[in-house]
Amino acid sequence: MLKKSFRFLFILVIAAVFVAPFYWLVVTSFAGSGDLYAFPPKLLPGHFTLSNYAQVWSAVPMARFFVNTCIIVFWGTLLTLIISALAGYPLARFDFKGKKVIFFILFATLLLPEEAMMIVNFLTCSRLGLINTYAGVFIPSIGSVFGIFLLRQAYLAIPQELEDAARIDGCSPFFLWWKIMVPLVAPTLATLAVFSFVAYWNSFLWPLIIFKDTNLYPLSVGLTWLSGTFATNFRLVAAGSVLAMVPTLIIFVALQRYFTKGLTAGAIK
Amino acid sequence: MKRTSLWTAYGFLLPALSLLLVFTIFPIFVGAALSFFCYNAVTPPVFVGLGNFKAIFSDHTALIALRNSIFYLAVVPILQLLSILLALLLNEEIKAFRVIRMLFYIPVITSIVVVAVAWKWVLAEDGLLNGALVSLHVVRSPIHWLTDPSLALWSVMMVTLWKGLGYYMVIYLAGLQGIDPQYEEAARLDGAGPISVFRYVTFPLLKPVVAFCTIISSIAAIKVFAEVYVMTSGGPLLSTTTAVYYLYDLFMNRLQLGYASALGVVLAIIIGALSYLNYRFFREGGFESYA
Repeated sequence: MLKKSFRFLFILVIAAVFVAPFYWLVVTSFAGSGDLYAFPPKLLPGHFTLSNYAQVWSAVPMARFFVNTCIIVFWGTLLTLIISALAGYPLARFDFKGKKVIFFILFATLLLPEEAMMIVNFLTCSRLGLINTYAGVFIPSIGSVFGIFLLRQAYLAIPQELEDAARIDGCSPFFLWWKIMVPLVAPTLATLAVFSFVAYWNSFLWPLIIFKDTNLYPLSVGLTWLSGTFATNFRLVAAGSVLAMVPTLIIFVALQRYFTKGLTAGAIK
Repeated sequence: MKRTSLWTAYGFLLPALSLLLVFTIFPIFVGAALSFFCYNAVTPPVFVGLGNFKAIFSDHTALIALRNSIFYLAVVPILQLLSILLALLLNEEIKAFRVIRMLFYIPVITSIVVVAVAWKWVLAEDGLLNGALVSLHVVRSPIHWLTDPSLALWSVMMVTLWKGLGYYMVIYLAGLQGIDPQYEEAARLDGAGPISVFRYVTFPLLKPVVAFCTIISSIAAIKVFAEVYVMTSGGPLLSTTTAVYYLYDLFMNRLQLGYASALGVVLAIIIGALSYLNYRFFREGGFESYA
């Protein structure tokens, strides 16, 4: 019993040290003027205020950044789901010429760093007129190999009889996919949606390259700009950071089981 | 499985394949080709043969950047070890543990920019960490976490470690839960202590998961960018300039697209070699010899 409570205490201490930076970020975002670095750090802000949030909202186009991020996340996630759900199906259920080659290509691309591709993709995007557009951020990444493999696994788990029965009834392949198969892989689609949401919400390097216009920045890029502009007022930067992380936090807490499912899908068979 | 008409199969695959063709396969080949040219996106490319690759090996900054990126791999064993320990500590279905596991996962789903911004202030000369260390009399004067060239890269690594811990912990927890408790029980009955059980039973059975995590985290470490961009901008004195940071700089600020592509090719080769080595290393004495 003593050993157990000692272990519990040990874990609590580690967890407390671990979340300290975030805790401090949140406290600072609500703190009025005064010493930022008082030690021992204040567990609660001395003068609780919302003025940092009000200020950051008016000083930089924070609302604009929010809307920009939402547009990118919405289209990026939706299109990733559609394309993965389509492509995963024949790879799981059909036997056709060239399947092996496609598998090989998909696996090979998983190993290559996207950073090495970004220069050519930038040139392609500028040819297609996608620089400084929302579409430029998500179009290059909606063909997701991770998503295709995840969906393929889900289709493989569906009993063949279900599909055969529908086929005998004279369904067209597309109708069968849409009416029978897609509803059956809905839980996996939810997992992929959660992952795409977080990935697009947090994506940084590519939007940094695509956008030249500050008004189009998503939150991640906007924040670096904010932290440069208000280098001396960390309370504002903290408020902006908290605003940027709240949506992913809500999604995570609400849909936690989908996270674990997607994470372990790749690692453990 | 039924043989379906090619048209149907490729109809479903068409959107994915065309996107992958344009934005993944095309850039692989064109990027490789571009590395043999001098190109600034304005005037037509000029063929320079192996010139860009030769230039990399005489470019002081490029060599430092590659060295820093390889040095960054030091984060991998520490990260994996701590994640495994954390998973072992939290591998029990207690309600409080479920909450604590969620806490460790928060940095994983948080934007790297938010994480780096927060840590930049934690690690500042008059930041939270120095405040704590000085008032607890651990150190006499503040430590220059991000401004001392011999320390800055380690500080950036600490942030990568902090952000990644929860991710690998969850994967290891799933791995631990996949192990049949009979094996560990049998070893305990034979008189093995907790450390022996881990060393001779749990760890060998966990090896495929360790292999997966090591490969993933090595690739991520070699490609580190955002932490550097937000916290140090590659400084002081190039001490945190990593390969991808330099690639970005060559590409966006100096418009040396051919040269940057050559650096990208070198990076891809390093990552390929690294994945292969990891695979070889973990295959020996891995799962196959126990299953």
